[in-house]
Amino acid sequence: MNGVHDLGGTDGLGPVPVEQDEPVWHADWEKAAFGMFSMPFRAGFFGVDEFRYGIEQMHPAIYLLSPYYEHWAHTAEHYGVARGVLDPEEIEERTQYYLENPDAPLPERSDPDLMAFVDAVVKNGAPARRESDKAQAFAVGDRVTVVDDSPRGHTRKARYIRGKTGVIEKAYGTFIYPDSAGNGRGDAPEHVYSVRFTNEELWGPEAAEPNGVVYFDVWEPYIVPASTEEATT
Amino acid sequence: MSTAPINPPKVRTREEIAARVKALEAIMIEKGIMTMEAVDRLAEIYENEVGPQLGASVVAKAWTDPEFKARLLRNATEACAELGIGGLQGEDMVVVENTDDVHNVITCTLCSCYPWPVLGLPPNWYKGPQYRSRIVREPRTVLREDFGLDLPDSTEIRVWDSSSEMRYWVLPQRPAGTEDLDEKALAALVTRDSMIGTGQPKAP
Repeated sequence: MNGVHDLGGTDGLGPVPVEQDEPVWHADWEKAAFGMFSMPFRAGFFGVDEFRYGIEQMHPAIYLLSPYYEHWAHTAEHYGVARGVLDPEEIEERTQYYLENPDAPLPERSDPDLMAFVDAVVKNGAPARRESDKAQAFAVGDRVTVVDDSPRGHTRKARYIRGKTGVIEKAYGTFIYPDSAGNGRGDAPEHVYSVRFTNEELWGPEAAEPNGVVYFDVWEPYIVPASTEEATT
Repeated sequence: MSTAPINPPKVRTREEIAARVKALEAIMIEKGIMTMEAVDRLAEIYENEVGPQLGASVVAKAWTDPEFKARLLRNATEACAELGIGGLQGEDMVVVENTDDVHNVITCTLCSCYPWPVLGLPPNWYKGPQYRSRIVREPRTVLREDFGLDLPDSTEIRVWDSSSEMRYWVLPQRPAGTEDLDEKALAALVTRDSMIGTGQPKAP
């Protein structure tokens, strides 16, 4: 989707707000929102790509203005409701209750299996690499052009590389395909490549800063061989 | 089922966000999805156990052990695993090396991807729209104006946009005058920003 999250190259957002000695957490609610990635993941709410797509469906103005971890709480709520596990009315009622009673306690529950999961997932991760017998269609050194379309739903084909031509720098093997998994259609693994684009190619010779390149990782369906005409210019 | 909007276009106050997150947590505790103790454990891991000190120890080892450095640049995930470092959001890591002629910097223009096992959780500026929009468009300017890192025009700037599940991070150059320092003293010079590429290691 052509969402506001797809920020590469957007102008006008101003200087980077660097906070000196920034703490890991700015408020207690951030810890709970952070926990709304791994625990609902375990409960089957989403995979990583769906998690991202839930965030991308936030209202664009809210996406830009809200504190970061609100995005995570949003996507957990989005999928919890979509899966029929969370009831929107109950969420509103409980929210109102905690607004009026901010110090009211949370329900008590202990779960040794969940504690073991937390430590295991942090330590071992959740790899996105998937076996596939698909032959690799491109090789390191190939000139490729990113398909210039505007797919609906989740994609990692950022707008600023669409239609642009670069050179494959590395081939990484096969991984879950976000354009399938992020839209609820399964892993459908595809080859991933790192493609090197010059600043001039991305932004034009006048706007581009000199002596720089951007590496962007693409899944194989994102790219086609660069045309002969482009390859000779 | 209710058709109440999940996300009405209204910016919530911090109090409203806190109440809503608490409500979601309460419901998910009752449904068997979350617990407070698991939230606290996760938070504690990234406060006290997993952070940029781990990446710094890897960098210091690479500065002192050429064979380890070669393995790190060939397969960062395997090399870090030798030191017991790895896990969530570091399943497939790639280390890119700064040299006299090349400076690397990492970003994620589409969300907030970051190598947690070596750098911990990213700072807010890394996840915010300003950095993500501009670092691919005008990296030289952002490094100079926003981070005080003025690189000569002769230095090629390479920006790595972490758009797949590969997690990039930077092996900075070893500072001059550190020949006598051991690994531990070297690690103390390695900053989080030097492994993002928005800074350099500290001087000895």
